[in-house]
Amino acid sequence: MTTYRLNGFMRQAITILVTLLGLLLLTFVIGRMMPADPVRAIVGEDATRETYEQVFRQLGLDRPLWEQFLFYLRDVLTGDFGTSIRTGRPVIEDILHVLPATIELATFAIVIGAGLGVPLGVLAAVKKDRWQDHLVRVFSLMGHSMPIFWTGMIALIILYAKLGWVGGSGRMSQFYIGMVPEKTGFLLIDSALAGQWDIFRSAINHLILPASLLGYSSSAYITRMTRSFMLDQINQEYITTARVKGLSNAQTIWRHAFGNIRVQLVTIVALAYGSLLEGAVLIETVFAWPGFGQYLTNNLIIGDMNAVMTCVLIVGIIFIALNLISDILYRIFDPRTR
Amino acid sequence: MSEIPQARSRASAAFRPAINIVRFLWGSPPSAFGLVVLTLLILVALIAPIIATHDPYVQNLGNTLQAPGGEHLFGTDELGRDIFSRLVYGSRITLTIIFLVSVIVGPIGLLVGTTSGYFGGRFDTVMMRITDIFLSFPSLILSLAFVAALGPSLNNAIIAIALTAWPPIARLARAETMTFRQADYIAAARLQGASPARIIWRSIVPMCLPSVLIRLTLNMATVILTAAGLGFLGLGAQPPLPEWGAMIATGRRYMIDSWWLVTFPGLAILAVSLAFNLLGDGLRDALDPKQMNRR
Repeated sequence: MTTYRLNGFMRQAITILVTLLGLLLLTFVIGRMMPADPVRAIVGEDATRETYEQVFRQLGLDRPLWEQFLFYLRDVLTGDFGTSIRTGRPVIEDILHVLPATIELATFAIVIGAGLGVPLGVLAAVKKDRWQDHLVRVFSLMGHSMPIFWTGMIALIILYAKLGWVGGSGRMSQFYIGMVPEKTGFLLIDSALAGQWDIFRSAINHLILPASLLGYSSSAYITRMTRSFMLDQINQEYITTARVKGLSNAQTIWRHAFGNIRVQLVTIVALAYGSLLEGAVLIETVFAWPGFGQYLTNNLIIGDMNAVMTCVLIVGIIFIALNLISDILYRIFDPRTR
Repeated sequence: MSEIPQARSRASAAFRPAINIVRFLWGSPPSAFGLVVLTLLILVALIAPIIATHDPYVQNLGNTLQAPGGEHLFGTDELGRDIFSRLVYGSRITLTIIFLVSVIVGPIGLLVGTTSGYFGGRFDTVMMRITDIFLSFPSLILSLAFVAALGPSLNNAIIAIALTAWPPIARLARAETMTFRQADYIAAARLQGASPARIIWRSIVPMCLPSVLIRLTLNMATVILTAAGLGFLGLGAQPPLPEWGAMIATGRRYMIDSWWLVTFPGLAILAVSLAFNLLGDGLRDALDPKQMNRR
């Protein structure tokens, strides 16, 4: 049994390694596809032929492609992702600096998404084919069908410009920028640590709208999966037994049926968290949220390929990690896999 | 299993199930809504010159940012162009995206899926690894990377979306192929001396086609949102083109005072992607045998 499990882990480790290698190959190839000349970007238009060729060699562009790929692998493994043309700093530093803002946003969003999606999914399953089920379906498909950048703008027009209920763009009011000592990069934590509750409130005020929209858009997937997991359970005989035993409806549904889908839900929520990154790219652009997504789009527009490819690579790695985590959680929580 | 020997006749009689499916979809209001919106979209695109009240490209700088009503149903944009007419012509771009992405993604997915399902072994492992790598990105992020490398334009956006949309199709086609691979009728074809290419093309592809087409429909909502997102970021269709996402991007600067610039293109995107989602949801119900048994 143990050797069997060890084999499973080994196989998984190899699979992940191969996937990572493929990921690197993909970003390498995309980086090479671009029509812009990386040497010109560094030396400028007026450089002499000698300077040009010197840089050309320095970048290793005279070597065969497979050798260039090996160089790229070596650089990445030693944590060197290149320098951003725009900021002149190592790309990875830039990214680590903006990542907390996105994690803060995405974490709030997933709490809202799961808090909305799971109960709605259970409701839809219990009331299958009745009006509640149809309503939930339309509501959640609506969230899945919205162009999130558009909904963000409409919400800003109504809730911020017209009604003034929430903060506008950015992570906090302009007035407070630079007043919080940066420790973790998570604004809510930093401002709480510093005891600056005004800023904390301002941050919540700015966070609530983009996080709700992101959460709503991710709730569609969570709702659908919850509904289908619950339907699988409700149709089983042990539920009939529980009912025959005389358990209340609420107890049958929440204790018995829901208790059995919790493990599956954890994995679904982990995957939904990863796909939030996609919405984050768009919503951060609309809300001028200084996070990962905005960093990515800003660099796309000016064509800073080092930064762009590193962002793509990091998203891929986060995805693989989330898949792995949901796999591990599944193993831990599901007694049948032991 | 008894159905498998009749496979060929099933493929040729594909019309009857199609009619049944449409009838089933028509029975549920949400799917019917989806059907109506998509039919409208096609109609509008076909007769755009008749419906449009103005030329979508003609600027009228004396008449900019007019509120909806009067001569301009949905108002005018920052260059005085009629928004309604631009939306009407924009439907053609949306349909082009849908059509081209399907035409690229379907064959690639089928080719990868059926060959790796049929041959199995190491070839299958390698192909599925590659598929997994593409699947390990959210589609918008990978499309962004491709467009960044290829340069922003509508064509490149379509290529980028297609490059990210084939893996689920390939997985599906592979899974289908695996179930037929050992079937008697395939063995019979092989014994008659048919080449693998012939077996795949004549006996396997037709069997995978229905589910691949359905899966393509299911993915269309994502394709439309990705295309609109690329347009919004300035990486898809370029300015004078009335692409809905790009229209929202330019309208963004004026959104506080002139809400109609962003509102109507957004509603158009929402309607079409919702229609595809509702239709897809209905299709899933119509074709999921598990769901059928429960009724």
